Amino acid sequence: MLALAALHWLAPLVLNPYYATILARIGIAIIAAVSLQLVNGVTGQFSIGHAGFMGLGAYASAAFSVYLGAALLDSLGASGLVRFLYFPLPLVCGGLVAAAAGLVVAVPTLRLRGDYLAIATLGAGEIIRIAILNVDAVGGARGFSLASASHTAVDLRFESLAGVYAVAAVSVAAIARLVYSGGGLAFRAVREDEIAAESLGVPTTRVKVEAFLVSSFFAGVAGALFAHTEGYIHTNSFGFVRSFELVAFVVLGGLGSLSGAIIAAAVLTAAPELLRGLGEWRMVLYSVLLIATMILRPQGLLGQRELLGLWKSHGAARS
Amino acid sequence: MRRAVRAAVCVVSFAFVALACGGGERADAIVVGHVASMTGDTATFGRSADAGIRMAVEELNAAGGVLGKKLEVVTEDDRSLTEEARTAAQKLIQRDHIVALLGEVASSRSLAAAPEAQRAKVPMISPGSTNPKVTAVGDYIFRACFIDPFQGAVMARFAADELKAKRFAILFDFKQDYSVGLAEFFRDTVKKMGGEIVADERYTSGDIEFRAQLTTIRAATPDAIFVPGYYTELGLIAKQARELGITVPLLGGDGWDSEKTLEIGGSAVEGYFFSTHYAADSDNPRVQEFVKRFTERYGATPDAMAALGYDTAGILADSLKRAGSTEGAKLRDAVAGTANFDGVTGKISIDGNRNARKDAVVLKIEGGKFRYYRTVSAE
Amino acid sequence: MENLLQQLLNGVTWGSIYALIALGYTMVYGVLRLINFAHGEVYMMGAMTGYYAARWLGVAGTPSVAGLVGVLIASMIVCGLLGALIERVAYRPLRGAGRLAPLITAIGVSLLLQNAGQLVFGADPKFFPPLLESHEVLRAGEVAISNIQLTVLVTAVLLMGALEYIVQRTRFGRAMRAVSYDAPAAALMGVPVDRVITGTFVLGSMLAAAAGILVGLANPKIDPLMGLMPGLKAFVAAVLGGIGSVPGAMAGGLLLGVIETLVTGYLSSTYRDAIAFVILVLILLYRPTGLFGAPQTEKV
Repeated sequence: MLALAALHWLAPLVLNPYYATILARIGIAIIAAVSLQLVNGVTGQFSIGHAGFMGLGAYASAAFSVYLGAALLDSLGASGLVRFLYFPLPLVCGGLVAAAAGLVVAVPTLRLRGDYLAIATLGAGEIIRIAILNVDAVGGARGFSLASASHTAVDLRFESLAGVYAVAAVSVAAIARLVYSGGGLAFRAVREDEIAAESLGVPTTRVKVEAFLVSSFFAGVAGALFAHTEGYIHTNSFGFVRSFELVAFVVLGGLGSLSGAIIAAAVLTAAPELLRGLGEWRMVLYSVLLIATMILRPQGLLGQRELLGLWKSHGAARS
Repeated sequence: MRRAVRAAVCVVSFAFVALACGGGERADAIVVGHVASMTGDTATFGRSADAGIRMAVEELNAAGGVLGKKLEVVTEDDRSLTEEARTAAQKLIQRDHIVALLGEVASSRSLAAAPEAQRAKVPMISPGSTNPKVTAVGDYIFRACFIDPFQGAVMARFAADELKAKRFAILFDFKQDYSVGLAEFFRDTVKKMGGEIVADERYTSGDIEFRAQLTTIRAATPDAIFVPGYYTELGLIAKQARELGITVPLLGGDGWDSEKTLEIGGSAVEGYFFSTHYAADSDNPRVQEFVKRFTERYGATPDAMAALGYDTAGILADSLKRAGSTEGAKLRDAVAGTANFDGVTGKISIDGNRNARKDAVVLKIEGGKFRYYRTVSAE
Repeated sequence: MENLLQQLLNGVTWGSIYALIALGYTMVYGVLRLINFAHGEVYMMGAMTGYYAARWLGVAGTPSVAGLVGVLIASMIVCGLLGALIERVAYRPLRGAGRLAPLITAIGVSLLLQNAGQLVFGADPKFFPPLLESHEVLRAGEVAISNIQLTVLVTAVLLMGALEYIVQRTRFGRAMRAVSYDAPAAALMGVPVDRVITGTFVLGSMLAAAAGILVGLANPKIDPLMGLMPGLKAFVAAVLGGIGSVPGAMAGGLLLGVIETLVTGYLSSTYRDAIAFVILVLILLYRPTGLFGAPQTEKV
């Protein structure tokens, strides 16, 4: 708590906006990566359309803020306390819309296995993106600006870096709690051997849907945070390139490891910025790095283990 | 486990060190930033603009520079993504300490980057963003090109006056904000003039197959078809329209302005009209010089984006000279006061809304070339 | 009615392109159970190679059938080698590493080819030289078919026929089918599995290259990012027909092309790209093994 408070007041003094933006992006990437890890790594269901849920969360929360939030903040006055109380609202809104979409996608597709599920989720992600692109109320090809036309004085942006990391901490803690609780063993049971789990009485379909729901909720929260820190969103940011980036975080960190996903998300989000000096070769190098890592160390950074052995009950069921 | 932790710590610290190094102010050069899509799906436009800017800067430096110093352009790639445009702008402002920002070509990315420039009080000039909202972000944001309301109206009126068209079909690129914006204002103008939109079809940039939409348009028997997209798709649209037996003229905006339209479209684009900034066959020696030098330098004829990039850099240099300093507020005022700047894309004045006031020209494609047809003044 | 016929014609022409690309996906999936995401980029390389080959062979200015054939062969050879190279460098090292690692690597290769392509070839679109003079061949009222469309159809059919022959009537084809059915057993029977796999990649890549040339012929604008969407759609076509099944890929491709064109023409052009994915989701829900695939039981 202390760390966050310090961050909140020190950050604007010490960091220039460029670094602040990168750190905010890292925080958001962490939430998205950990949410995907729940489905891909812990429950073993390959979802590669995750950016669609992020996009839904971003657009839903932005629409909420622009069409409802601005009026609300205008009438209540924009003091620090009011803003502090307001900001969870668009985030939760984004999360819920994304979760609803997650449910719609999950129920039919979780009947599929392996590669088929992967492609179905890829398709779902694309359908979501194209659908958003066609909604004029949120801008379409012209993007959506987080600014209300009627309440122009209200600043809907989320400027606090501490806030971003607070949300990140809460999200990671929530997911970790879920994964490493007694009930969380069910997720890993489904990953290890779905048929055996089913025959032992684990309600596999329900477990999978649950994983998907929680995962898409937090993806939506990440998207909502993205919208509110950027101030301007466009569907191009939520296409399959983004989905693949998230999958890369999860795989390179180690499928099944939450801390691995966090590290990978942090490093790989900062990487394109570091590689800026290389100009046009940046993206080429990035893809080569990805391929090389997959060939030389396919289990990723941490495999299925967690950093610091913080959580004792990982892997197969104990006692 | 320990090894993994140590490795992670090493990577992260290396990251921060690398991030912290580099950048910085230079006493001997004026650093200008350019945010552009050098990779990603609109890379062709970002690179064109960059080529135009760089050539302008080379020429200026060869002539002695500006305010006694050389101009240096730092280009940052935004990968055709809006959030990257914002970070690129931030990096240029914070680490390279630029005195001005040029870019972006796409309105959506300009809208993402502009707030940063405004906040840091760094003047920004966009070479090609046409959405009116861009300059509304703040008084440090300018543009060197038309805005959609103007250009959308130009072709609608032209078609009604010159071609006596009453029934219009529209085929626009719904993935590009330029196209969506232009189509919208075209539609508005047509309605205001009492005309009729008989077909309203869409495609996505990157598409190469338009026969389905064209067949539908053909069935609606329009007098003219407005295609406010980029030359990247236009050539094929024209070819396929001809194949389907469509004989009514196609009309377009400055997105058509490139040699590729003629190259890919070939005989299919004969007789079509489009509005743009300059006529390459204009007897204006400045234009001829520019085209010749650009072709020599890069081995390709300049498209509209390159010409706009060239002029944007020119306007900036001119403003620096008039301001007599690189200080933000003075430079901003100088840019705002740009009047009758003699660019290759026309005589440019910056108006009260920080948009460029310049005449548009309508070109006709005749004999495999763009031919000047008419001027539409900026009223 | 004429409108419908025209749309159908357009749909079948595109469908045969999707079919050619889909064949590569389906064959590789058959022998390796891998979705080769980089396949769309091989198609793009086919078109690009054709562009440069046309200049190199000197046929860019003069349309002729011989020129077309020359470019086709050159491109197919180059891309065949490219396919083999990708297999050898990116996929073979991951043979035993589960399903996810090769998938990620495939995505990495795809991104690499796209970005490297933009750097090497330039990001701007290029005009594919007209290797054949375009003119109408047949006209029935409003419906027209050009010689180019006919060429695309005929070439696609010939290539598919050739592939079918190879798969059904040659030793290599038999080896391929054996590896698809049961790779360890095939290895035990003396089938050189590695070489068969490489050969499969080569065949698939050659077909994708041909598709690239044909597209360059019919819709002469090419650029380094042109492979992304057709690649994904061709994959959907392969799944539609039944992934792993050669006739399935052909049928799936044609069907997808027709459905896409009809929906774009009659319903809305907005959702052209989304249609393929909607079909994908539907087929995976109601008949995951596709039209021609055999239902697979999962062994415990």
